[in-house]
Amino acid sequence: MKRQIFIAASISLFTTATPVLAEDGDSILNSKCSGCHALTKPDDLSLDRLWERKGPDLFYAGDKFNKPWLVQWLQAPVPIRPAGEFYRKYVKPGEKSDIIDSSKLKPHPKLSQSEAEVVADTLMTLTDSSNLIEKGKFKGEKVSASMGRMFFTKLRGCAACHSDSPGKGGLSAPELYTAGSRLQPDYIYSYTKHPQKIDPAVWMPRLELSEQDLQRLTGYIVQLDAGRD
Amino acid sequence: MDVKKTVLGALLIGFASIFIIPALPAMAASDNNQYQHAERLYDTYCTQCHGVNRDGNGINSTNMSVQPRDHSDPKGMGDIPNSEIAEVIKKGGLAANKSVLMPAWGDILNDEEIKELTAYLRHVCQCGSDQ
Ligand code: HEC
Ligand code: HEC
Ligand code: HEC
Repeated sequence: MKRQIFIAASISLFTTATPVLAEDGDSILNSKCSGCHALTKPDDLSLDRLWERKGPDLFYAGDKFNKPWLVQWLQAPVPIRPAGEFYRKYVKPGEKSDIIDSSKLKPHPKLSQSEAEVVADTLMTLTDSSNLIEKGKFKGEKVSASMGRMFFTKLRGCAACHSDSPGKGGLSAPELYTAGSRLQPDYIYSYTKHPQKIDPAVWMPRLELSEQDLQRLTGYIVQLDAGRD
Repeated sequence: MDVKKTVLGALLIGFASIFIIPALPAMAASDNNQYQHAERLYDTYCTQCHGVNRDGNGINSTNMSVQPRDHSDPKGMGDIPNSEIAEVIKKGGLAANKSVLMPAWGDILNDEEIKELTAYLRHVCQCGSDQ
């Protein structure tokens, strides 16, 4: 009996202690985020796992995001993937074409400013040791917007799945019109070059692209930003 | 509980299943087992353009300048030989003078899976016989 009381007391001690620990990025991630996001590399990256995961993987977040974007988005999240993650679970046949079943899409949890800052700090430390990203590959040359757009849409077909401005382009993949502030250039380059190296079962095909294509497309996407066409 | 009765019951069920279960796969195979993996692949990689109903009306199709092929249309699909279907899945539309908007999947799908998908597309359109 005494032991039970002791256990009950220590549990309540723990729960009352949580709010203080919550200022710590790690504990917020583990308590509020790990149910939907992988924070360490899972052993299983199969097609079956793709169907089961509830959110994009974050175990390489430090190789992927720009920190200022993270701090801002975590406080005011807006959709990145118009048809959710992953699209197949959120689309249904409509009158003329398939449509997004928006009743199934839930708004993303929000963090306060102080929480967002510590969480972003911790996320930026998550990097994958196996060199998923080719560092320093993007040369940073400026790309003419009209040339970039022509490759993105007509010539290389990226626009079939991605939008490069709101309301234009495909819906099954992340929008790229805020990618310039969201993503690191080397990540954009590496993902475009070989998506399966980063996310083995992902539904973006590995397209045949020359080095010049990769530089041009990366440059175009880096230059894109919200509200600008 | 009457142990004897339970054992007898279990035996009876066991016996019955010897006769019933073998009959089931034969009936269900064409729709479930045989195409299960191909269906999963199609749902993951192809429905984004070709549609949940395999009719070319995927979520991306409304914004595309060339419409994805309607895989449920026996006329359109019947004209395409198996070799071209497999080639297009592996190397993309350009390999058959079709649109670049049909991407190449050869880096994600192996030859066995491409063969399964080709057979599955024949099943979907109920057309074409040059297996
Ligand atoms: C109920 C599941 C769920 C929970 C809980 C959740 N997320 Fe998410 N998260 C998602 C989904 C789904 C997306 C994709 C949203 C989109 O693309 O529009 C996402 C996207 C993100 C992204 C952008 C990822 C990318 O690759 O574009 C970040 C960063 C993120 N979440 C961080 C967090 C953090 C930090 C927490 C905890 C405070 C959290 N999430 C909790 C489901 C969840
Ligand atoms: C068949 C659809 C499809 C095509 C075509 C396609 N992508 Fe993607 N792309 C995707 C999907 C799906 C993802 C990631 C899905 C996820 O993480 O939820 C992705 C992710 C990306 C990302 C990373 C975005 C992020 O927020 O993580 C970049 C950059 C990208 N694609 C660039 C391109 C470029 C450039 C092209 C053309 C050369 C292209 N894509 C063509 C489907 C496509
Ligand atoms: C990014 C959108 C997109 C995705 C994803 C896609 N397709 Fe296509 N597909 C198209 C388009 C567009 C066409 C029509 C090309 C044309 O007529 O020029 C097409 C045509 C085809 C054709 C007919 C080829 C011919 O010779 O006429 C087949 C077969 C096909 N797709 C199979 C698939 C399979 C299997 C998958 C999944 C592994 C898939 N497609 C994924 C866009 C897509």
